[in-house]
Amino acid sequence: MPEGAPDNPACEHCSKPKTVHVTEIKAGQKIEKHLCKDCPFVNEGVGAGAGGKSHQPINELLSNFVLAHSGAGASTAQKKCEVCGMTWAKFKQGGLLGCENDYSLFEEQLTPLLKRAHEGSTHHTGKVPTRRRGDGAVRKRPNMNRLRRELTRAVEAEDYEAAARLRDQIAETEGN
Amino acid sequence: MKLSDLTGKAGEWLRGSGPMSETVISSRIRLARNVKGYTFLTTASRKHRRELEGRIRETILDADLAPKTLYVDLDQATELDRELLVERHLISRHHAAAEGARGVAVGSEEDLSIMVNEEDHLRLQVLKSGLQLDEAWEQINDVDDALEEQLEFSFHPRFGYLTACPTNVGTGIRVSVMLHLPALKLLGEIEKVFRAAKDMKLAVRGLYGEGTEATGDFYQVSNQTTLGKDEQELISDFKHTTIPKIIDYEHQARRTLRSERATALDDIVFRALGVLRSARLMSSEEALKLLSHLRLGIHLGRVKDIEIQAVNELVLMTQPAHLQKLMDKKLEGDDRKAARAEFIRYKLKAV
Ligand SMILES: [Zn+2]
Ligand SMILES: [Zn+2]
Repeated sequence: MPEGAPDNPACEHCSKPKTVHVTEIKAGQKIEKHLCKDCPFVNEGVGAGAGGKSHQPINELLSNFVLAHSGAGASTAQKKCEVCGMTWAKFKQGGLLGCENDYSLFEEQLTPLLKRAHEGSTHHTGKVPTRRRGDGAVRKRPNMNRLRRELTRAVEAEDYEAAARLRDQIAETEGN
Repeated sequence: MKLSDLTGKAGEWLRGSGPMSETVISSRIRLARNVKGYTFLTTASRKHRRELEGRIRETILDADLAPKTLYVDLDQATELDRELLVERHLISRHHAAAEGARGVAVGSEEDLSIMVNEEDHLRLQVLKSGLQLDEAWEQINDVDDALEEQLEFSFHPRFGYLTACPTNVGTGIRVSVMLHLPALKLLGEIEKVFRAAKDMKLAVRGLYGEGTEATGDFYQVSNQTTLGKDEQELISDFKHTTIPKIIDYEHQARRTLRSERATALDDIVFRALGVLRSARLMSSEEALKLLSHLRLGIHLGRVKDIEIQAVNELVLMTQPAHLQKLMDKKLEGDDRKAARAEFIRYKLKAV
């Protein structure tokens, strides 16, 4: 909220005048609670979960994972994008890439990071720009992940007709 | 349309109608896109940034994407106007605070907004009231197609739509649903939702997005994965699995409150109403919290003479920039709190 901490005289849970201060240690952090006596409502950790950074920021991913795993050898260190001047070191610092060329240039280094950020996926499935469809430049990529998930579901539901159809579709797609 | 036309009314998404609107405030879909032939904004020169902004602005205005589209040059706009746009969820806080050539196009219904030169060249957004994800997707997909006729977007055969940050690459989509979960909060079961969301790789944020406290029991649930799952599948997961599950938890909690804690429930609802109708100084945090309890009371039939929509509007109108726009003057400290309290008293007594 844009305004500073409120001088709120009420219980955090039910708005009755507060009379009790509780200090709780949660995940190594001291949390002060301001509650009314005999609050009729259960009290949980104040703001835990929602207020924090639940969207794992790219910088965190970079420092936790990529830095630990990618050796960033000499060849990586020397790579520099000729379009925008981006280097792997600069990317690690800012967390943002400089131009579309960087995705190809650093494909090898980005792959583990993308895997980590996107539940193991490294390939786009989904919308393809209209101008790319059917002009031979890029084939519309059928969604293999979805087909496979649907197949699993069909098998679980013992819907063998659907399963057979999906299996054919997957075979056909892979054959392409 | 002028920016000042926005102040006095609430946007489409605050109508308080739409499916599941007692729990779902709004549904939002955002797409990140970059124009081929320009570097990302991370490395763009001032000149290129300005050139890009002009080109995108013209394309948007020519494409006639929404009735009476308003374009705001954010580099020229006052801080208060930028804050107003943030409060209405039309631009991000990051976009408001940034520097250099950038802007936003807004349709008069305010369901469509297009941020120009945010973290990516374009951030398209459709915002609807209640649970309307399919409708939002249809609209944003059309807007994307229309823009793409004039602008070629950066696209990679393996990585999909390319974005400055690798966490958005692929579909570039962010689906967010704003939920009102007061009963779960009161019963101390909100953690259950956070845990479930985390398991499903979803983010939970406050009313105003990243880094903000979830105040007034309003929570935004959004996806974090943009690679390997297509748009329709993601939306379908939200619509058929994730959101119904959370709504179900909340409804169960509301039933429990009504059947087993009826007096305690009435106490907080009418206490909230009493304070809202009598306070002389009111912070925005306190207002949100009390409005949240009042909203719950209306849905459970405890308060009968106030409409949900009036509460939704108050949530927006009592935000700092809106309040100052409404009062037509700069207000700080106790003056602002007094104006807020007065506005709320006026609105809730009038009905
Ligand atoms: Zn209490
Ligand atoms: Zn580059």
